[in-house]
Amino acid sequence: MEDNKNIEFSADALALAKKLMGRYPEGKHKSAIIPILHLAQAEFGGWLSPKGMDYVATLMNIQPIEVYEVASFYSMFNLQPVGKCVIEVCRTGPCWLMGAEDIVNHIESKLNIKVGETTTDGMFTLKTVECLAACGGAPMMQVGQKYHEDLTFNKVDSILEDYKKNTTEPISHWAKDKIKA
Amino acid sequence: MSKKLLTEHFGVQGIDQLPVYKQHGGYSALEKAFKKTPDEIVQEVIASGLRGRGGAGFPTGKKWSFIDKKSGKPRYLVCNADESEPGTFKDRYLMEVNPHLLIEGMIISSFALGANLSFIYIRGELLYVYHILEKAIAEAYEAGYLGKNILGTGYDLELYCHTGGGAYICGEETALIESLEGKRGNPRIKPPFPAISGLYNNPTVVNNVESIATVVPIINMGGEEYAKIGIGNSKGTKLISACGHIKKPGIYEIELGLPVEEFIYSDSYCGGIRGGRKLKAVVAGGSSVPILPAELILKTEKGEPRLMSYESLAEGGFASGTMLGSGGFIVMDETTSIVKNLFNFTRFYHHESCGQCSPCREGTAWMEKILHRILHGHGTLKDVDLLWTLQKNIDGKTICPLGDAAAWPVASAIRHFRAEFEDFVEHPEKYQDVKHYFNQIEDKQLA
Repeated sequence: MEDNKNIEFSADALALAKKLMGRYPEGKHKSAIIPILHLAQAEFGGWLSPKGMDYVATLMNIQPIEVYEVASFYSMFNLQPVGKCVIEVCRTGPCWLMGAEDIVNHIESKLNIKVGETTTDGMFTLKTVECLAACGGAPMMQVGQKYHEDLTFNKVDSILEDYKKNTTEPISHWAKDKIKA
Repeated sequence: MSKKLLTEHFGVQGIDQLPVYKQHGGYSALEKAFKKTPDEIVQEVIASGLRGRGGAGFPTGKKWSFIDKKSGKPRYLVCNADESEPGTFKDRYLMEVNPHLLIEGMIISSFALGANLSFIYIRGELLYVYHILEKAIAEAYEAGYLGKNILGTGYDLELYCHTGGGAYICGEETALIESLEGKRGNPRIKPPFPAISGLYNNPTVVNNVESIATVVPIINMGGEEYAKIGIGNSKGTKLISACGHIKKPGIYEIELGLPVEEFIYSDSYCGGIRGGRKLKAVVAGGSSVPILPAELILKTEKGEPRLMSYESLAEGGFASGTMLGSGGFIVMDETTSIVKNLFNFTRFYHHESCGQCSPCREGTAWMEKILHRILHGHGTLKDVDLLWTLQKNIDGKTICPLGDAAAWPVASAIRHFRAEFEDFVEHPEKYQDVKHYFNQIEDKQLA
């Protein structure tokens, strides 16, 4: 099984994780698990391997199983390696009404991958997700913390081009520049 | 145009920053609130008639009055910002544009409940909004609106933002509490209700973003004045998220009681159906509420104009009515296949079922499978009846309302569009290549 290459938080991430754990009443710091898993995913290249989750368990002083069961419940956590740039296209009702299905088909043929797959160069992973609360801008997709709304085929093409050109580091939901205490 | 109580200053440049928010009357409600006792604030909210804006419509003041103040345990206020109901995007907009409105509402509400630690639980996908809120909260601490001895009143409050990890179920208040405790989002059996035993088994109130933000205008104008807006037991204004096949999708603050027809066709709101097409159906309050065909959404079965209010939308019960729900208003034109749309909704509920209760876990999966086979031309007429039976075996038989929410779209689609289901089963080829959206995504001019 593959593993996260880097399994240790940066000093900034460590400080932020400690700060987050301090927000809950004494003895209730387990509350911070989801925010800290977001940090871990950002720190570990966009996904969480068992070793990465074990690191979080040690950091939080809880059992590894407590981390696994949470990480596997919530859809934002990737338990398999992903590309640098994870494209999450909303597929639910209102976006579907506005053509989300064809946006997905378009991206599939453009990148030559199916939903759930990663391009061979490791740049893009395509996912479909449920309603992202942007129905007024349907069809839409999310990359990292960025919402791209009112998509058209041309717009998707230029967004993909941009990411292809400008992405050097994996893009995470918890933006790297927001990791500081 | 109706009154703007929440969105009045949304067009103001920099309203997300504290000095600008203050210039436009921000934090004056807080100062007013501190001159009252906590119980007086609860009374104001009861008098306002405010009903929960997340979907259930339970009176907010009443919910507050249930909180256990006798046991002496710490009390918590948790803001439900896990907005995930398909068709709903009002809370995201409110927090993104005017975070201080929510923060001011949180401080007043926490004071009323006697909470010294409060959380805003925001869905993980909205991390960019999380950072907006964090910045605004830091400004509020800086200005002395949060922390110890707020404005010299002796009242202490710590307010934090907390992010989810992607799960629709966490919008259910007990699942949200579980999630906030760092666990899977499995709803709890009620009773005990959170007002008695919620976060960390302490008394807790969970309120929607819009409900908490609305406390600000209620305190500013007084509960009785607020109750003069609206109609019947639908008081005040409500944010409606309008989407689907309309000319002007977006967020509209409406005075409750606005006729549905005006909302759909007036240029002040949705602006009518795109491309001059005909209205086919509306899901008026987020994907969970019953779908209604055009004739029943515009007029009740008795022939009276349908209004945007809790009562009017529910007129006729589920036989011919629906619910205001979260205000997620999804409009479908004549090209929409109700069967395909239902498949989409059902897939959503299957994906989002937490898996605790068998009727929901298994039932949503079967409904999706059956609709999938109808969609692919392998359905039979019996399948329509089977879907009907399945939804009945889910509705009301689960710990939390996700089961009901999954059953109602199925029940209402079959109730009002059975002929279309039967036609789909018999002539699936007719429905395959219909483009139910406009070709604007192909970058062509709108028809």
